[in-house]
Amino acid sequence: MERLRSIEELAALRDKIRASVDHSKPCVFICGGTGCKASGADKARDALVKVLEAKGLNDIKVKMTGCHGFCEKGALMIVEPYDIFYCHVQPEDMEEVVEKTIIGKGETVERLLYHDPVSGNIFTHVKDNPFYAKQQRTALANCGHVDAESVEDYIEKDGYAALAKALQMTPEEVIEEVLKSGLRGRGGAGFPTGKKWEAGRNAKGDGTGKKYMVCNGDEGDPGAFMDRSIMEGDPYKLIEGMALGAYSVGADEGYIYVRAEYPLAIKRLKIAIGHCLELGLLGDNILGTDFSFHLKIKEGAGAFVCGESTALTSSIEGYRGMPRIRPPQTTDAGLWEKPTVLNNVETFTSVPDIILRGSAWYASLGTEKSTGTKTFAISGKVNRIGLAEVPMGLTVKELIFDIAGGVPDGKEFKAVQMGGPSGGCLTKEHLDLPIDYESLTKAGAIMGSGGAVVVDEDTCMVDFARFFLDFTQRESCGKCIPCREGTKRMLEILNRICAGEGRDGDIELLEELGKMIISSSLCGLGKTAPNPVLSTIQHFRHEYEAHIYDKKCPAAACQPLLTFSIDQEKCKGCTKCVKKACPVGAIQGEAKKAHTIDDKRCVKCGACFDICPFDAVIKA
Amino acid sequence: MCECCGGHATKKDFPQVDAILAKFKGVKGSLMPILQAIQGEYGYLPEDVMSYVAEEMDIPLSRIYGVATFYAQFHLKPRGANIIRICLGTACHVKGAGKVLSAFEEKLGIKGGETTPDLKFTLEPIACLGACGLAPVVMVNEDTYGKMSAKKVTEVLNNY
Repeated sequence: MERLRSIEELAALRDKIRASVDHSKPCVFICGGTGCKASGADKARDALVKVLEAKGLNDIKVKMTGCHGFCEKGALMIVEPYDIFYCHVQPEDMEEVVEKTIIGKGETVERLLYHDPVSGNIFTHVKDNPFYAKQQRTALANCGHVDAESVEDYIEKDGYAALAKALQMTPEEVIEEVLKSGLRGRGGAGFPTGKKWEAGRNAKGDGTGKKYMVCNGDEGDPGAFMDRSIMEGDPYKLIEGMALGAYSVGADEGYIYVRAEYPLAIKRLKIAIGHCLELGLLGDNILGTDFSFHLKIKEGAGAFVCGESTALTSSIEGYRGMPRIRPPQTTDAGLWEKPTVLNNVETFTSVPDIILRGSAWYASLGTEKSTGTKTFAISGKVNRIGLAEVPMGLTVKELIFDIAGGVPDGKEFKAVQMGGPSGGCLTKEHLDLPIDYESLTKAGAIMGSGGAVVVDEDTCMVDFARFFLDFTQRESCGKCIPCREGTKRMLEILNRICAGEGRDGDIELLEELGKMIISSSLCGLGKTAPNPVLSTIQHFRHEYEAHIYDKKCPAAACQPLLTFSIDQEKCKGCTKCVKKACPVGAIQGEAKKAHTIDDKRCVKCGACFDICPFDAVIKA
Repeated sequence: MCECCGGHATKKDFPQVDAILAKFKGVKGSLMPILQAIQGEYGYLPEDVMSYVAEEMDIPLSRIYGVATFYAQFHLKPRGANIIRICLGTACHVKGAGKVLSAFEEKLGIKGGETTPDLKFTLEPIACLGACGLAPVVMVNEDTYGKMSAKKVTEVLNNY
């Protein structure tokens, strides 16, 4: 590829690429995200290419794209121009796919279509699929529709047109557009992006003029994977967003800090940076202008606290990732004490469209104070697990029931944890709540990075809160005492409650400790760590009380609080539990006679419950 | 020559480490990538190598130790030839990841975070692998296994 020396040359390259692509010809997009790769996407692609070659169909393009979002159904495949969506594709299906869908011009292979467990319907097209129907994919628009390792594909889809447009505006005008769009940080707190950029632009620093642009790709929040999908599926758009930011604030150097647990994201970002350097879309004198921007990747090494901006910058500098007191804000003194603007992946990826299509267009999406779209990672006990990008203001019900298809196996929806370990849970009473920054915060949850983990009646909320606190407690960096010691004490209390040793006053103590940790911790990790506990106490206090006072776990999930017995009617006397399951010999019984469990010897391991073929073991 | 041990220890040579250090010479904030590269080479961070790095980079060994113990990725003990990473993230947790971990622990006779005596497997619980659509998820080296269950554990182990 030849270096582009001007904005006109970029436009010419785009025209050339567009002229060479014939969209009426069949093209196969196979999802190459981590989820689908784990489900065999690479093998399916290889098999497809082989079949096409054998049939002399060498002109049919097969593209490995980023995440289509519907990870549970992987490996996924879309055949254009017919908009046919196939799930769970295997290498042995490829012969038939080529015969019917490609040679047969859009005939479908029915078993590979999406069979919806909720409605019982079969869906052929992406546009009709209930998982996609209410989505509005903007940040994720290209994920699944471009080859994630092809800069030509991105340029064809208006890639770097926003950068070209911005380079003909002043940095102040670019910031003004971002401000007017209402875009707020997608990583957690929801700080207006334009304001942050303005602060970066105005920062004096040490007078050398050196500034940094940093992307936080340290997606450590368990249950969130949208940043991973963007980095894997559309790395070029992230880079363009960062270049727009760098131009606005006057930074000439930048870092993308990526979790080491995301090897595919790192690989694709490296490829994308290489292409951009070659084309002169990164490096010195971008598109022949005075603007230069050098971008590097920094691999994290597994520390949740590095999502905090001051911890992240100290990690990039090669130190322990521990936060420091602010001010000074990182926009005044961040990386190597220079003004540093830090945004998350989804935030940067939203900017190119704002510049290209205008702030008014973006502000027209979503609600007044929470504009635009937001990506949610919906997981846990739902029928359709995956990534959904929706306009802000959609209700919780629409997200969980219309898009994710509600709770499977006839179970009841109990709660959804919004915002991961820093967030809180929403319950049935919140189903009509619009999803925006203010409404979520008011209800005791947060937008966070957009994790939405749904739980059903089988999940114990005390254990659920303990799970999150166990995570934050382990990830606490140990610098400030409220977080280091406070979360530890809270965890001890929760462990005690789940073990059936809860005491009168424990709930009040948890509330007191929680409030204290929130008000006195140094950084966002500590300030939000008690949230899951406080919000479950708020909405499920009766479950805590049942554990403490009745020594019962209403969801039958906390093992020390369970009692096992055998339904004398259902038991057929097969002796499986006696001979193969019980490790302590607590079950008595002969063949063909109903068995009994000796409660004194039972260690509540649940092995009998798991092995019984007649569902005769009662867990309560 | 080091005198603290009676002059027995002589300075060792680490040509692979020299190559890594040369690659990052003059790069700002390069300690983490250097440790990552060394761990890629040795599978863990051996103490004598860390002392060598401290001397070559002219930084205190305590700082290297601080960084190496802060991040979950770094290991100071040898690790198994195969790394089994068990996701205990939220989505996996509510779908029974705990039982999968117990099954691995039982099968291998080690606890999470430990390595089998024959150095074949290391069992590593992980906060989130970001593949929540496939929960519960286990990764063995670079291979991802989705929708895991306690029953599938033997089958997975037999692949290695």
